[in-house]
Amino acid sequence: MTQIKHHIPEPLLVAYAAGSLEQPFALVVAAHVSLCDECRAGLGAHEAVGGALLDDQIADGVSTSMKDALFAMLDEPAEADSEPTFDRSGVFPGPVMQALKGQPPRWKSVGGGVRQTLLHAGDEGSVRLLYIPPGKAVPDHGHNGIELTLVLQGAFRDETGRFGVGDLEVADDTLEHTPIAELGAPCICLAATDAPLRFNSLIPRLLQPLLRI
Amino acid sequence: MLAVRDRRDRAAFGRLFDYFAPRLKGVAMRSGLGSGAAEDVAQEVMLTVWRKADKYDPHRAQVSAWVFQIARNRRIDLVRKENRPVPEEIKVADYVEDDAGQILAMEQEAGQLKAALGQLTPDQRDMIEKAYLGELTHKEISDRTGLALGTVKSRIRLGLERLRHELTGMR
Repeated sequence: MTQIKHHIPEPLLVAYAAGSLEQPFALVVAAHVSLCDECRAGLGAHEAVGGALLDDQIADGVSTSMKDALFAMLDEPAEADSEPTFDRSGVFPGPVMQALKGQPPRWKSVGGGVRQTLLHAGDEGSVRLLYIPPGKAVPDHGHNGIELTLVLQGAFRDETGRFGVGDLEVADDTLEHTPIAELGAPCICLAATDAPLRFNSLIPRLLQPLLRI
Repeated sequence: MLAVRDRRDRAAFGRLFDYFAPRLKGVAMRSGLGSGAAEDVAQEVMLTVWRKADKYDPHRAQVSAWVFQIARNRRIDLVRKENRPVPEEIKVADYVEDDAGQILAMEQEAGQLKAALGQLTPDQRDMIEKAYLGELTHKEISDRTGLALGTVKSRIRLGLERLRHELTGMR
């Protein structure tokens, strides 16, 4: 396993442990945890805090009829999970394969050799896979909200540093950056935003509604 | 919990129920549910505890942390249409004997964690509860819980190291 240098910031990990993180970010966190023992252990620790708080909650008496009804249900067979599960495939961790429903990504060109596969878009933001050929840049952009980018293959550099496989970059609305893929293997990233990106040139901005980014 | 997992012991499950169901109901009522609806939540979570007991691993989580996860997952599944993203499970090659030393270490850490929570001011404590019980967004968590989170974090660092070593050993 390569050395992961950029991890999940604490508040995001707490929000994931608490179940309050938006779906696009939750997918990136689940994918990073799949690759990173340190953050997996961190998540376990935060869940232990959750458990300790549960222990300390004020108990509210429950009715005996509810308990009886529950015990009557214990012998019923549980309904099988309706969703099929998909395992890691190639560079794509399990949660990403789950979002792809087990299929290989269907890449669509967004110009400059960069391709994307949209995994999910909704009120809470969107999450996509990006394919950046070696030496190419993702168009210079800023953010209205927060963008999480997790590297799955290759590496990229931007104004803040180098990001290799497993590294997570957190960009907020103060960062204008131009990620450039390193030479070598194409860079494949999982990227999530909670607001549309702002591109700094006219053409990408016109394309924005079409690309849903 | 282990008696429930290994022997499907109903009396033991009854004791788990008596401990957790009222607390789960209390948490559900915090979020604004009425008494009846909160009991439904507690019932559903406890049924899942029974059905998924074979997944419980005492080396990785205290019982309360595991029940916390089940309650959280249920809450997410209720509000989302999409799949809830979950990390890959670590595949343990063979069944491992329960290691009393590991389990004891985790219990001691849980005790230290409780002590750390006890040192928070009432305001900090309130913020931490809101953060972990799903009542704050991640932005609110970064803006409001900084100091309190640091206090808790410093006490869980030890346990974190142990968990990490154990995970590395499993690969």
